[in-house]
Amino acid sequence: MRSKLLALATMLPLSTLWAAEEAAAEAAEAAPTLDVGNTAWVLTATALVMFMTPAGLALFYGGMARSKNLLNTIAMSVMGYIVASIVWVVCGYTLAFGTDISGVIGFDSFFLSGIKVTDLWATGNIPVLLFAAFQMTFAGITVALASGAVIERLKFSTWIVFAALWIIACYAPIAHWVWGGGFLSADGVLDFAGGTVVHINAGVAGLVMALMLGKRSDYGKAMFPSSVTLTVLGASMLWFGWFGFNAGSELGADGIAASAFLVTNTAAAVAAFSWMLVEYVTYKKFTLLGIASGIVAGLVAITPAAGFVDTAGALVIGVVAGIVAFYGVNGLKKALKYDDSLDAFGIHGVAGIWGAIATGIFANPEVNELGTGLLYGNAGQVLVQVEGVVVTIIYTAIVTAVVFKIASILTGGARVSAEAESQGLDEVEHGEKAFNLR
Amino acid sequence: MKKIESIIKPFKLEDVKDALAELDITGMTVSEVKGYGRQQGHSELYRGAEYVVDFLPKIKIEVVVVDELVDKVIDVIVKSARTGKIGDGKIFVSNVEKSVRIRTGELDNEAV
Repeated sequence: MRSKLLALATMLPLSTLWAAEEAAAEAAEAAPTLDVGNTAWVLTATALVMFMTPAGLALFYGGMARSKNLLNTIAMSVMGYIVASIVWVVCGYTLAFGTDISGVIGFDSFFLSGIKVTDLWATGNIPVLLFAAFQMTFAGITVALASGAVIERLKFSTWIVFAALWIIACYAPIAHWVWGGGFLSADGVLDFAGGTVVHINAGVAGLVMALMLGKRSDYGKAMFPSSVTLTVLGASMLWFGWFGFNAGSELGADGIAASAFLVTNTAAAVAAFSWMLVEYVTYKKFTLLGIASGIVAGLVAITPAAGFVDTAGALVIGVVAGIVAFYGVNGLKKALKYDDSLDAFGIHGVAGIWGAIATGIFANPEVNELGTGLLYGNAGQVLVQVEGVVVTIIYTAIVTAVVFKIASILTGGARVSAEAESQGLDEVEHGEKAFNLR
Repeated sequence: MKKIESIIKPFKLEDVKDALAELDITGMTVSEVKGYGRQQGHSELYRGAEYVVDFLPKIKIEVVVVDELVDKVIDVIVKSARTGKIGDGKIFVSNVEKSVRIRTGELDNEAV
């Protein structure tokens, strides 16, 4: 608006130029006002996403751990969220969403100082403080997701130190590149709600930690999940919270949010179905753990695409997500022989990569003018998406390795003793039991 | 006095208990146990990892009765616990040398 006015002004005599400049200044002063509907929705969505980590993910993961490690596994998710909550307001937010420095990182000030309650985020006209809170819940779930790869053998103190350092050194920069005005967003990478920032990031971080930490001592022996019931309950809570995650990422109560909400549900349902069918064909059982895993795989894959694709796109994304994640868990892990205990990489990494690339294929400009994919004539988008995926994988792998090493040194070794491992971490690390069935 | 130990399928416990109650057996001890016999174990599948469960859950019922009742009790347990499929369990009978009712101090046949 301002540039148009100025362009007009240059063609006019000097006296009118002054008047035009005044008008432009007035236009700038007529500051945007807070959008009540958007603010109400994002407040709600923030609470929904918060619920995903210490409740949804904690139970999803906890139910898959052996009963002697159930509390420790839950504690890693809960503590991941707590650590993220603190780090985010101290420095995480400003590194990710502060004023851009050369496309690499952001920075304004520590402790969110300088952000007034009246300040509005440009997208959605919601309070900046609300945007900061919404994004905080994403940092929390991302680090908690990575914990699934290393349960039942990682020292709790190492985990706490790792979580703090990792959010600063790994999560915040990638969030900045994709969402905070950094170089990947400048290159045009589409990531509606966190395919690269959240899922590929968490999956790769989990894999790197699992490789560095080594397998559980009795890996491959009878490792019965403590409760598939808890896992399914957790998956359902994740599904519920994911509406806030994906539809909330529109930062507005509008048609795109509604579309994101619907396709999120479609992809989850379809992926659960396709995982179940592939598993049935392979093993002749309809496992509920497989259905729950498929739900999560579908949710992961639709995340980057949620605000860009239509229902048909979501159906294809979901079907493929269930199948690739099934092979991520049943093929890749067995072939490469790493102990990614709860398949953080097998599901979040693999389905996340598929979702990121699929966004470049299925993004429909009729849904959202900000994204045009291969099927709508923009073949280049797929390459841009691949760039986003590759950059994330490389950066995450390197930084996670460094940060994990530092956390390990600071806490006197990352792994619990062999005795503690066989005794179970609930008793050794927490002095508690998940159940007292007496 | 004899002790009759029966290892049975867990879901048959109610039937056996009711049948024994009809014989005026006034008490029993029940434990949840694990083990295997000819039935062997079974396998469970979690995200493509197949684990063999060697020991299956069973119920062990212990009843101590006077000698005259032994055959009747065995007969009743066999009838009430049988499904005809593998894994129905076993019954073991052994001698009991002494028994005491703690509250009254009654001994042997008076105390079972």
